[in-house]
Amino acid sequence: MKTKFTTDAKLESEIAYFENINLKLESGDIIDSFKLAFKTYGKLNADNNNAILVCHALTGDQYIAGNNPITGREGWWSRMVGPNKPIDTNKFFVICSNVLGGCAGSTGPKELQNGSNVAYGSNFPSVTIKDMVKAQSLLIESLNIEKLFSVIGGSMGAMQALQWAIDFPDKILNIIHIAGALKHSAQNIAFHEVGRQAIMSDPIWKNGKYFENNEVPERGLSVARMIAHITYLSENAMHRKFGRKLQSRDIISFGFDADFQVESYLRYQGKSFVERFDANSYLYLTRAMDYFDHDETFRKNIEFSHNPNNHLKYLIVSFTSDWLFPTIESKMIVNQLNSLSREVSFLEIDTDKGHDSFLLEEPQLDDVIKGFLTNNFAKIDE
Amino acid sequence: MNKINSIRKDWSLIETLIAEDRKILDIGCGDGGLMEQLENNRNAITHGIELNRDLAANAIARGFNVVHGNAELDLSQYSNNSFDYVILSQTLQAMMKPKDIVSELLRIGSKAIVSFPNFGHWKIRLQLLISGKMPVTESLPYTWYDTPNIHFFTIKDFLNLCNEMNIAIEKSIGLTSKGKQFDISESVTGVNFFTHEAIFLLSYKNFEPIKIKSSKKVFAKNSIIAN
Repeated sequence: MKTKFTTDAKLESEIAYFENINLKLESGDIIDSFKLAFKTYGKLNADNNNAILVCHALTGDQYIAGNNPITGREGWWSRMVGPNKPIDTNKFFVICSNVLGGCAGSTGPKELQNGSNVAYGSNFPSVTIKDMVKAQSLLIESLNIEKLFSVIGGSMGAMQALQWAIDFPDKILNIIHIAGALKHSAQNIAFHEVGRQAIMSDPIWKNGKYFENNEVPERGLSVARMIAHITYLSENAMHRKFGRKLQSRDIISFGFDADFQVESYLRYQGKSFVERFDANSYLYLTRAMDYFDHDETFRKNIEFSHNPNNHLKYLIVSFTSDWLFPTIESKMIVNQLNSLSREVSFLEIDTDKGHDSFLLEEPQLDDVIKGFLTNNFAKIDE
Repeated sequence: MNKINSIRKDWSLIETLIAEDRKILDIGCGDGGLMEQLENNRNAITHGIELNRDLAANAIARGFNVVHGNAELDLSQYSNNSFDYVILSQTLQAMMKPKDIVSELLRIGSKAIVSFPNFGHWKIRLQLLISGKMPVTESLPYTWYDTPNIHFFTIKDFLNLCNEMNIAIEKSIGLTSKGKQFDISESVTGVNFFTHEAIFLLSYKNFEPIKIKSSKKVFAKNSIIAN
């Protein structure tokens, strides 16, 4: 496999091109060529054994730390990844790539179809978590990394980490799985469907061809984001943050302005999301999460894998107030691994910050991630 | 003996009961102290369960395989005979259903190690006899209304339970309140009186099917192993 690497100055990102590779997707469709935009932090050591792959969540991207040129803000996990941070880039070589189907430089619906100057739009094939991981594994291979020390992710990133453990156990030593599940639940699919309907019922969406007129289905996409954002918080956190406080006024308007702070906040979240995310990508990636289901198969896949996976260590973390990926979902993974006597650690962190806790200030999360990585690395680096 | 010393003593005795290179589950593993000791001194592969969130987080951060959970709810996930030893150090008296726990220990492990403070110790008997109040001692330092210890039992009680459950006692170590160590099985009289803390190495007695005659047919009762 020959992979071409370039640097995209505008995206401040490395791009890996996989040409004529005929990537077969789970759907049966084939992508003949694709590219992945990725960032790396820290340095690969001489033994090639300190590489960590961080998998981003639904609306994340490859910009973990430092500047994100798309938003102009700091990377999404800059509190976790960096020199002397819990995932210490003085020690580890951290890689993060924009997922297949994403919109931050990797091949996805907003990129041009191979050999044409028209974007994929709705012609983009359906991608799954398994497909994303397959693409990532090609990237890791082309970076000449035989074995990743760890694969780490929260939410959709956790799904990818689990998929790595299933599909490529021989290429990894451990996974850190945060706020995830064996399957996307009916309730989660339902919320995603409302978001997708919001986008698809925006007249500007035009069956995914909005880019032809240089338009964006802003209303639909921002409503989708508003709904999703509610699911990332908890009632307590919302109450603590907003209560029934009014926004820039002393009395209610008896109208439909954003009277309440919580409304104004959600509108802002929706509006700023539109500026950085592609509506079609949102459709494809939410679908990929919906299709994720290892409920019946995980235990069998681990127990009877043709790839040796006995060596794998698992750190599973959940949050008490996460109702999107509740603790019970994490415990199912833990139970199945324990029933196979695998090396698994599990912690439910007590917080009111909901599903998004993994992105926020949670000292206990920092401690377990740092300790888990440091101590397990010491064991292989003796 | 203060509490810390008593736990250390407990651990070092537990260590003497464990062979090299074995797979161990420590129930109520705290921050992994005993696991560390057994990994270092016995080359053990260790797993732990801890109810307390902060202790579990500490143990995980120290690199141990620890599941934050409740032994009374979460032991069922482990497969039969998946560990060489299952350890329950000084917590049986705090369990809701001690008998179920003991049976789980020997389902999951080939052997179980159980240690507990003996409620039959003379100091405890004397306190109850003289003051007429629930005893408060070094090994059971809580008042009755805020104690985590909800099932008090003596060595005699425990031996009876083992007998009833067809459990063999492979080794048993007693400690006096001064920390003096002795073999419980060899001491004839006064064991239940002088033992401050007891440590037992348990396994199931060699199983032979018990034939039970019923009016219709004869069948073997093997619930002991199949449990």
